[in-house]
Amino acid sequence: MDLAFTKEEQAFREEVRSFFRDNVPPDTRRKLVEGRHLSKDEMVTWWRILNKKGWGVSHWPKQYGGTGWTSVQHYIFNEELQSYPAPQPLAFGVSMVGPVIYTFGNEEQKKKYLPRIANVDDWWCQGFSEPGSGSDLASLKTKAERKGDKWIINGQKTWTTLAQHADMIFCLCRTDPGAKKQMGISFIVFSMKSKGVTVRPIQTIDGGVEVNEVFFDDVEVPYENLIGEENKGWDYAKFLLGNERTGIARVGVSKERLRRIRDLASKVESGGKPIIQDAAFREKLAACEIELKALELTQLRVVADEGKHGKGKPNPASSVLKIKGSEIQQTTTELLMEVIGPFAAPYDVHGDDGSNEAMEWTAQIAPSYFNNRKVSIYGGSNEIQRNIIAKAVLGL
Amino acid sequence: MDFDLSEEQRLLKESIDGLLTDSYDFESRKKYMKEKGGWSQAVWGKLAEQGLLGLPFAEADGGFGGGGVETMIVMEALGKALVLEPYLATVVIGGGFLRHAGSDAQKAAHVPGIIDGSKTLAFAQLEKNSRYDLFDVSTTAKKKGDGWIIDGEKFVVLNGENAATLIVTARTRGDRRDKAGIGVFLVPANAKGVTRKSYPTQDGLHAADITFTGVEVGADAAIGNPEDSLALIERVVDEARVALCAEAVGLMDESLKTTVEYIKTRKQFGVAIGSFQSLQHRASDMFVAAEQARSMSMFATMANDFENAKERSNAVAAAKVQIGKSLKFVGQQSIQLHGGIGMTMEAKIGHYFKRLTMIENTFGDTDYHQRRVADAGGLI
Repeated sequence: MDLAFTKEEQAFREEVRSFFRDNVPPDTRRKLVEGRHLSKDEMVTWWRILNKKGWGVSHWPKQYGGTGWTSVQHYIFNEELQSYPAPQPLAFGVSMVGPVIYTFGNEEQKKKYLPRIANVDDWWCQGFSEPGSGSDLASLKTKAERKGDKWIINGQKTWTTLAQHADMIFCLCRTDPGAKKQMGISFIVFSMKSKGVTVRPIQTIDGGVEVNEVFFDDVEVPYENLIGEENKGWDYAKFLLGNERTGIARVGVSKERLRRIRDLASKVESGGKPIIQDAAFREKLAACEIELKALELTQLRVVADEGKHGKGKPNPASSVLKIKGSEIQQTTTELLMEVIGPFAAPYDVHGDDGSNEAMEWTAQIAPSYFNNRKVSIYGGSNEIQRNIIAKAVLGL
Repeated sequence: MDFDLSEEQRLLKESIDGLLTDSYDFESRKKYMKEKGGWSQAVWGKLAEQGLLGLPFAEADGGFGGGGVETMIVMEALGKALVLEPYLATVVIGGGFLRHAGSDAQKAAHVPGIIDGSKTLAFAQLEKNSRYDLFDVSTTAKKKGDGWIIDGEKFVVLNGENAATLIVTARTRGDRRDKAGIGVFLVPANAKGVTRKSYPTQDGLHAADITFTGVEVGADAAIGNPEDSLALIERVVDEARVALCAEAVGLMDESLKTTVEYIKTRKQFGVAIGSFQSLQHRASDMFVAAEQARSMSMFATMANDFENAKERSNAVAAAKVQIGKSLKFVGQQSIQLHGGIGMTMEAKIGHYFKRLTMIENTFGDTDYHQRRVADAGGLI
């Protein structure tokens, strides 16, 4: 047992860090620090810089453009990326549909889609949730009917993140209405520019538009856009959701935010002195940092253990990551609210253009607090995570 | 970075788990509790036979040169079995003072007896008003000739009744809360002027309140610098805190396991109560709390070797906070999920809860350590 990183791992961290320092556009970093939304251009620009370096799809197998890093290197890369901070790769392409395609897709599909995912030539979105299918995802109703060499798709998806930017969607569709609910689902990909696709933005409580409703009205999709086997889509969906286990803790994001809180708390006054000098506040901050340290260690345990339990058998501690990671992220946004106090109130005074430098640090704090309520809901709500622990870990 | 046990460490774990499975079921524990001083000489002898009492001592001193991870393995196992024997007081704390600052003569006088199981130690540190501040010392050690005269009162000294030698913190100069002027002294428990009042503690261990009235010891009684040993005390107590964290992890593991087994078998409304979602979620939260505690116990174990004393004590304090929060939740919910039976002395779960509860209040509780981390500027 040894907590220390090897010399090689430390050198790797330096390499990653200096690459970010030299290559992340300063405005992009600033917006992330302030909790602002990035434009599509800003994100894509950064991802292409990353891809040019060969780090765009770092965890993919080498033959498809991956790096061959160890799990510790991936951990270091993610931590540095999150805490610099720089935009994380577009999960829908890189972490979700990409691995499904290189694992279950045919050669033609791999050739067609993978390089475009890596370079974000296509922006992908995820067509899973429906109005009536949230935690009970397998009850989904969007249907794809085979007609000759085509699928005809009808139905509705919702909570489709950044669908307004998307070129492609991977979609769970019911292809055998007679089968038991998990059995009749297929995994189909298609262009968001197809006739019959309508995107309607949903404004969330933070005032932003991250998610959308997507309607399919007799959308025609070539039959060959089916990934893997017909009616096996649920297996691929489970594979996809199980793929991203350690990133979900977002330790680096919370670390960066805690540093920001400490920084702001030494500037903002309460009772005539910086709020950081208030013992009660300081202890709350320390409590959050301790929780985060514990989570970081739990994550390191999972990372160091990866592969040792055999494929598809994660370390039982990994189920802690989502629950604790989301709780801590939410606590950090609460602490920011506490620091800013009455200046949380002004709404959308400057927009995202950074034109008023004096006030900009306050403008996004309340929206960020509101927005972060989502992290304990998406990706399998924390209640679902507890069901998973009870069943899979405790055998209840 | 590596969280695996080495081959030797795995063997150590197997050997102590095996020993305790054989000799430490809940019924045996009740018998051991009634022996003199509240623990079993026979079990202590077995721990000695397996070399566990010599684990952290250098090979040159007759030990095995084990490090923090080895102690963590042992303490987790002791926690899991709810062991009463004074490993913490004798090997971790007593041994810690001797290892870090004992002279060759002091080691020669005490270490062999610890290793072969013939003598145990106790740490007389807590005072009536000192609470968790290690530097708050009113007991005095006044120079007399080459030696010292010790006067004062110490409380809740674990293993105070059976210990052959007491390790006593005492002030050689300065005022009650001065950080300088504190020494550490080896005092024979049967020295003239030592009176012990022994009693069982809430968690089934035994402790003593000890009065020192004009107790004379020689110059060789001082471990380290009698004028300035606070850093030494902090170091050894940090090791004790880390050991307690590991013990708590063992206790929580067993509490969770016992509770999950119970709700799988206990039937109400015609079904196992573990089929109810509210109980499943509670058990899941207990699992999360126990895993976070395990992570911090490992962190503290490794941090114990940090060169920088400030970083070390900050990390240990953080671990004690996490363990304190986790143990309270796991302990309380273990009782809640057991329902009425959890309230009885005859069920073992209550005894786990009590030991966990006492650990929180040993060497600094959650609030105390959280304040330390906050005042040190945090942990990020």
